[in-house]
Amino acid sequence: MSLVFAGVCSHAPGITGRASMADAAVREPFYAAYRRLHEQLRAARPDALVVIAAEHFANFFMNNMPSFAIGMADRYSGPIEDPAWLGIPRTSIPGNAALSQALIAEVMQTVDIAFAEEWKCDHGIMVPLSFLTPGYDLPIVPVNINCQGPPLTPLHRAWAFGEALRRAADQVPQRLAVIGTGGISHWPATPDSGKINEAWDRQLLDRWVRNDKAALLSYSDPDTYRDAGQGGFEIRTFISVAAAARGRGHLQHYAPIPIFAVGCTIATMDVAA
Amino acid sequence: MSLYQLQKFLFDINRDPTVQERHRADLPRLLDRYELADEERRALEAGDIGLIYVLGANGQLLMHYAAFLGLSWPAYIQAMREGVARHGPVRAGVYAMTTRVNEKVAGV
Repeated sequence: MSLVFAGVCSHAPGITGRASMADAAVREPFYAAYRRLHEQLRAARPDALVVIAAEHFANFFMNNMPSFAIGMADRYSGPIEDPAWLGIPRTSIPGNAALSQALIAEVMQTVDIAFAEEWKCDHGIMVPLSFLTPGYDLPIVPVNINCQGPPLTPLHRAWAFGEALRRAADQVPQRLAVIGTGGISHWPATPDSGKINEAWDRQLLDRWVRNDKAALLSYSDPDTYRDAGQGGFEIRTFISVAAAARGRGHLQHYAPIPIFAVGCTIATMDVAA
Repeated sequence: MSLYQLQKFLFDINRDPTVQERHRADLPRLLDRYELADEERRALEAGDIGLIYVLGANGQLLMHYAAFLGLSWPAYIQAMREGVARHGPVRAGVYAMTTRVNEKVAGV
């Protein structure tokens, strides 16, 4: 089969953990957009959901930091954070080790990745899943791109990874959905938390919607750090999804919500041949 | 500067309940396991989130340690601001403060 669905969404922990601190007038339209994404995902009838996330030291640390890692287990757990802090109960999430193994074996033909038979999900995966599979009834394939511990995964490798993932998806019998989570501009876990560069975000989203590879890969890390904060490094997940889907994107929601520390984004992308 | 060791401590305690238990039982003994500079050790023994931030700890590690120590979100943000006010700009890493000490970006 192949990809049957592709999208991107924000994963900031404040989205669930600081819900009560947000103005309902901006929070509720974002939540509604997340619920629409949930319905669109269900309508695509995927057998599994590949979640390309930017984790925050849940599994990987600077003692052995992979550029890319893919989970290969039948069960995952999360959130690793204090459930009360994140606003998401601790739970078990189904995986599909055989599917993971098939995808990993094919991705490895062109991109060197790590795999992991243990995986603890942090907010990068849990916040999206809490909206997209609230019953935790859809098997996931967790993916991490190093957006945290410099030197970071180069953007052009994130593109190559997306291409490899698509090639792998085309070779397995399952119907796969892929979601990239992260970004866009934000300064999380600093006193700047809440700062959002809307103009930068909208330019990135315009490039993503047009699936303009050259423009998407033109950011340098120093420029991103200056203009979009350390949270901006997570554009790698958006880039991989664009490379995998190959189609045109559709921005469904964008609104800066400072107490959530991010420009809250929901978008889908057509899966092109 | 042994920022790697400081961050390793934060990584360990964030993800391992047995390390959290050791922290509650005997913090100095737990810290003996890490090759910390004196300033780093003092910051951890004092629970000085502001200084740990200034020393360059990655925010994604420090954020959860602050919660473990019982700081609310506004208190954690304020502790980092006060750390910068007291100790100067962040010395390493990619989580530097770019706003003013008295600037409450998201109202907290």
